[in-house]
Amino acid sequence: MRDLTSIALNLAKLKGASYADIRIVNQKQESLEVKNGSPEQIKYSESLGFGVRVIVDGAWGFASSSRLEKKEIERVTQLAVRIARASATAKIADVVLSPLEPVQANYKTPLVQDPFEVSITQKLDLLLKAEALLRKEQQVKVARGSMTAWKEEKTFASTEGSFIQQQILHCGAGIMATAVQDGDVQVRSYPNSFRGNFASNGYEFIESLQLTENAERVASEAVQLLSADRCLSEVTTVIIDGSQLALQVHESCGHPIELDRVFGTEASYAGTSFLTTDKLGNFKYGSPIVNIVADAITEGGLGTFGFDDEGVLAQRVQIVKDGIFVGYLTSRETAAKLGITSGGAMRADGWNRIPLIRMINVSLEPGDWGLEDMIADTDEGLYLETNKSWSIDEKRLNFQFGTEIAWEIKGGKRGRMLKNPTYTSITPQFWGSCDAIANRNYWKMWGTPNCGKGEPMQVMHTGHGASPARFRDIQVGVMK
Amino acid sequence: MIDTGKTLSLLKKTLDLSAADQTEVLFWANDLHLTRFANNYIHQNVSEKNASLSIRVILGKKIGSASTNLLDPTSIQNTVAKAIQIARNQRDNPHFKSLPSAEGKYASANTFDAETASFTPDQRAKIARKVIEVAKKGHLIASGALSTGVVQVAVVNSLGIQACQSFTRGALRIVSQASDEASGYAESFSAKMRQIDPEEMAHQAAEKCVKGAHPVDIAPGQYTVVLEPYAVGDMLEFLAYLGFGALAMQEGRSFMCGKLGQKITGENITIWDDGTSPQSMPLPFDFEGIPKQPITLLENGIAQAVVYDSYTAGREEGTVSTGHALPAPNTFGPVPLNLFMKNGNSGLGEMIESTERGIYVTRFHYTNPLEPIKAVITGMTRDGTFLIENGQIKNGVRNLRFTQSILEALSNVSLISQDTKLVPGLDDELGGTVVPALKIERFNFTGATAAA
Repeated sequence: MRDLTSIALNLAKLKGASYADIRIVNQKQESLEVKNGSPEQIKYSESLGFGVRVIVDGAWGFASSSRLEKKEIERVTQLAVRIARASATAKIADVVLSPLEPVQANYKTPLVQDPFEVSITQKLDLLLKAEALLRKEQQVKVARGSMTAWKEEKTFASTEGSFIQQQILHCGAGIMATAVQDGDVQVRSYPNSFRGNFASNGYEFIESLQLTENAERVASEAVQLLSADRCLSEVTTVIIDGSQLALQVHESCGHPIELDRVFGTEASYAGTSFLTTDKLGNFKYGSPIVNIVADAITEGGLGTFGFDDEGVLAQRVQIVKDGIFVGYLTSRETAAKLGITSGGAMRADGWNRIPLIRMINVSLEPGDWGLEDMIADTDEGLYLETNKSWSIDEKRLNFQFGTEIAWEIKGGKRGRMLKNPTYTSITPQFWGSCDAIANRNYWKMWGTPNCGKGEPMQVMHTGHGASPARFRDIQVGVMK
Repeated sequence: MIDTGKTLSLLKKTLDLSAADQTEVLFWANDLHLTRFANNYIHQNVSEKNASLSIRVILGKKIGSASTNLLDPTSIQNTVAKAIQIARNQRDNPHFKSLPSAEGKYASANTFDAETASFTPDQRAKIARKVIEVAKKGHLIASGALSTGVVQVAVVNSLGIQACQSFTRGALRIVSQASDEASGYAESFSAKMRQIDPEEMAHQAAEKCVKGAHPVDIAPGQYTVVLEPYAVGDMLEFLAYLGFGALAMQEGRSFMCGKLGQKITGENITIWDDGTSPQSMPLPFDFEGIPKQPITLLENGIAQAVVYDSYTAGREEGTVSTGHALPAPNTFGPVPLNLFMKNGNSGLGEMIESTERGIYVTRFHYTNPLEPIKAVITGMTRDGTFLIENGQIKNGVRNLRFTQSILEALSNVSLISQDTKLVPGLDDELGGTVVPALKIERFNFTGATAAA
């Protein structure tokens, strides 16, 4: 690999680059999906290529190609330099990178069994068995099971002398029952909606999900939802399960702490952020029990790796401390503007994309409540579980989520099931109303493999640890 | 860009490598360039060149798929072998009938522009500077993206399908921001970059931003709305996503289920898909190589039809593919990528003048479905939301959250503009949606953004 990376780095320097890096990336993906007793799809894909990023005349240029050969590396490097020179004609200031010691390193996702080495028959058997259990309920009209694995082998080299090779493996699975009756459609998923739960781990993670053990319950709940009462429109207490709260953290904390958004460079597409730099260290993001961290080191998280795509070592950054906003997700360029070093959050979703600031594992730290105690301590409210829909404004303030299911809480007990629950609030008000967080026994890492950002669009895998938590005075049931 | 002959030759050679009962090879190549600017400077400037083959093989009723962007003979051979290995380990899919066979020719379409294909980094930077200059003159901040590039799509199968088309696309999006939360928007795309007027767009975005200065809070509730085509296009995109495809119907999750022949919107609403129309970004064939058929989906408010690919058509007796397949394999089913809504005889001016109190919406943001079977969506307004009072735009308002059934909204349309606009559809690189502006009564706003 060094012979290939040095072609780009040497040529970039020769053409005037003050900095250059190259990533050579090979990605493999295997997806299986079964539906109503039949295999819906099995597909395997592979994509190999490289991307060269340069700073010339104080501005960025990036070019990429799928043809990993000497002449093409030379063409692409020269194109990246030409693009950077064009960028420099519309610059305000030179790009400055925060300092970084060069690194020679290797990293591999720790795992027991590579899912790509497990036979298709074995994987299909597991999915078909779980999916068949969903169909034991007659009103379940569509039963699905799915499983996906991704393997990424990447080499990073820079003109500063770093050379890093990583192999990162993600996988996961899930089941979903869709019940239909009299024009109503209700869905229940396990262990999470949108294809299940995912981790940086081996096939042992998929086996640990216990899909078959949970299939009948999930199907039964989907059918019960058809005849359940609709969630009322009211202001009440909500207890939100870990999987939904993981997405809540993702949308209302993970995105607004991306420092590129804060500096306005995503303004025309994803939007900006209410967490402007004047709020750092003094803004009350949540109640004093709210603590949020961003890390790339927690075992199993989809944001776990050895080094980010700028060659910065995986680390842990405090984001919210005792309710106060104290940290950002950063790159070398944005960190330099704050006079700090990068927190290592630059990630690209492939060889053909430039690294952007992306979430790593952005997690709500556990509290000290037992879930049963939390419910028993709640006179009136709702317990909300499993995401169904999400929407949030471009500053990440006004959000609205729908969940697959809710249960009424009355007199400290979980009661009747409710369908089509939604809740809406404003981010700091919402987190400010948090008065109970479940303890580490209920804390779990959830994988979000579909986070979109950037132009051209990049889909990133992010991790979010959370345990159930309680929030007071929340508007639920916005649809009358 | 690879010429058509070379592409088809590569695909036919790939077909010859397969010993499966049936084989399909889909080729996708792109050479794309994008320049992003924000805070009045270029902050990101990228280029990508890629080409990949997706191979679908059939063994009896077993289907296997594999794709690669390694196009040397050994890698292609390995990918064909991988697809066959997957198919051998598959179970029968009882609903699968056959890959499509060649029936009829696809319409010729003018989708390639050499000037757009060869746009340089310097040309893109020059346009970015023009846009930034307009913003600076108005003491505003410009953000946006300018992209140019070429996509080539080709499909062959062992039953005689053979299709290849190259598409160019130039696109410019501008958000103009003021320091007091106000912003304005303009977006345009075309197969020909010269048909986009960056300066005119920059002025549109800036003018809207200035008009929305010092936005005020407004209480959520039911309002008359005037929606620009960007917002109308977003609603149509969700109709396509949620219910205009046959698989959504067959699985009972479409709002069209049991409603064919029935009125589901107002009589003034007609929606169709036409991948052959030069008014849109034509896609003369689908990803199975089937010629696109123009399909009326809603006529005068009556649900008429959904679109099919070969798989969903095979599940219904007497039905054929309408040419709306996505790349195989996919579990999403067929979708329309070239939607049209019939125009009316009004204009934005008349819509505003005839409104006593209402909200003017430029576009929606982060829209997502809440209750798919009722086509209920939620999202925010963005980049130009105004209060209309006594027939005039009064002032900008802070962004509002809406939660609204699209079908209900399209049942309450009181005015439709004569002018239409091409706005993005479900796919960022191919297709598009042609829509008018709408005036809609009793639109539900369910929340508002607080001051930052």
